[in-house]
Amino acid sequence: MSWRRAMVVCRTDLRQLRQSRDFWIPMVALGGIFFFLAPLVLLTTITQLGDIDVVRRVSDALEVLPQSAQDQIQGDTPAGRTSYALAVFLFAPLAVVVPLTISTAVGAATIVGERERGTGEFLAHSPASTSEIYLGKLVASLVPGYVTTIVGFAVYSLIVNLLVGPEVGGWFFPTTAWWVLMLWVIPPFLALTLSLVLRLSARVKSTAAAQQASGLVTLPLIMISYGQSTGALFGAGATTAWVVGAVAWVAAVVGLVRGSHAVSRARLLGVADEQ
Amino acid sequence: MVSLRDVVKAFGEVVALDGFDLSVAPSRVTVLVGPNGAGKTTALRLLTGALTPDEGSALTFGLDPSGSMGDDVRRRCGMFSAKPALYDRLSGYENLRYSAELYEVGPTWPDRIAEAAARFGIDHALDQQVGGYSTGMKTRLALARAVLHEPDLLLLDEPTSGLDPESSHAVLGLIGDMASQGKTVVMCTHLLLEAEGLADDLVVMDAGRTLVAGPPDDLARQVWPGVTVRLEALDGPPAAALVEAAGGRVVDDGLTTLVVEVADLAAVPRLIDHLRDEGVLLTRVDTRRPTLDELYFALRGLRGTST
Repeated sequence: MSWRRAMVVCRTDLRQLRQSRDFWIPMVALGGIFFFLAPLVLLTTITQLGDIDVVRRVSDALEVLPQSAQDQIQGDTPAGRTSYALAVFLFAPLAVVVPLTISTAVGAATIVGERERGTGEFLAHSPASTSEIYLGKLVASLVPGYVTTIVGFAVYSLIVNLLVGPEVGGWFFPTTAWWVLMLWVIPPFLALTLSLVLRLSARVKSTAAAQQASGLVTLPLIMISYGQSTGALFGAGATTAWVVGAVAWVAAVVGLVRGSHAVSRARLLGVADEQ
Repeated sequence: MVSLRDVVKAFGEVVALDGFDLSVAPSRVTVLVGPNGAGKTTALRLLTGALTPDEGSALTFGLDPSGSMGDDVRRRCGMFSAKPALYDRLSGYENLRYSAELYEVGPTWPDRIAEAAARFGIDHALDQQVGGYSTGMKTRLALARAVLHEPDLLLLDEPTSGLDPESSHAVLGLIGDMASQGKTVVMCTHLLLEAEGLADDLVVMDAGRTLVAGPPDDLARQVWPGVTVRLEALDGPPAAALVEAAGGRVVDDGLTTLVVEVADLAAVPRLIDHLRDEGVLLTRVDTRRPTLDELYFALRGLRGTST
């Protein structure tokens, strides 16, 4: 298999996405809302309101968190503790929802889209192997979601440190658990989801059907990864996060290997359905 | 160069090819003709390994195109599909670049792109998004893409489909140029007039089978063993009886023209002499080769067809 040729497929797909404003404007909006607007409004409100009753009540409610999570919370004031808890725990799912949503949207259309536009014919007759086409499309689907998440994560870190940092004695974000989440737990969940979405994209007859079916597949995965991510951040222990990540990686590799067989030249031509 | 032997290919209940044979010699233009559903496109797809035969064998350059050497086979083929299969959101240049990179053209790819675009007359539009191209421009770009990597075998599926006569003429001219440069070309069409003059070999298909195959002149001799002559005279077409007396056979007795068949070219001057002796003032004597269109329908009529 030629990695170089796979990257040619990937680069061309990304080039098309870049030309497609109807794709990247919602993508930027999604990242902007989750990583910038929502945390900015929420954390600004809490830190600016100060030590009022509502904030005190939220601060008291933090006692329902597991002891390991409570031990992590910094800050001497109710506003500081509340904003710290929200910054570290509440927004964890964002790191899951954003990449999975974006990459699923790209991945669902990637193979069936070639067939619908007729460009699958070009790929089917090209020297690129089906594995190279699969890998190229996988990476092209993964990149927009993951890059948005990494950039969003950087923006989010800046907002959190600027707004909450003064309340808890300095810059504190990202915490170790967030690093593990971003670099070890999220990527395999993303890859596993995409392996399923690309298989669907290779098999269904239309992009609309691929989007519908992908939603069914990705929702449970979003819930699982949401649960695992939150659990890891709540202090179930670094070991747990590493183990969850490792299991997810194994599942992802199996899913990707199996998924690579879903792409065939006949399917790119759109004749496999009749076989 | 290309060989399909007793190939069967079915899609569910539909049998696209049913014991199909094809043999293509190097540096020749082979035209596959037949009605819709005859299996022409499926045959082309088997040659690159995009499809695999259910039964029988497919060899391109002596290799199995759907086997482990398939990538090497495809690198030596240039495919033009009935639908141009271009990326509308990319520019013409980016479409060509994609192909150049996938076919691993090498460091000279920018020159190759410029050369192919100029050759097909779309160099002025390379920076535009393909979505804004006319049908003719898309066809030219797709042809440029098909020859960009200088393939040994060019496969063309309905290359003039949807084009206006001017673009169609230009595209056929370009195909003719490539053929004259020694490229091996396999072309599918149901517009036989457009294949006129291009085809070195004709393969008439029907219901996934080869009805008849060979050089058009040889096939024409099977249908019309003699020479066809079109005659016109000053006082209307010559009388059929006069022609038959000279050994000719009347094929078509028209209002102004009489079409007759004689045994061979040597019989033509004898026929002219006979008519002149009988006082016929000939104004036109035209020995003609039947068109591919006439040949196609005659062959289909002779062999019995599905439609």
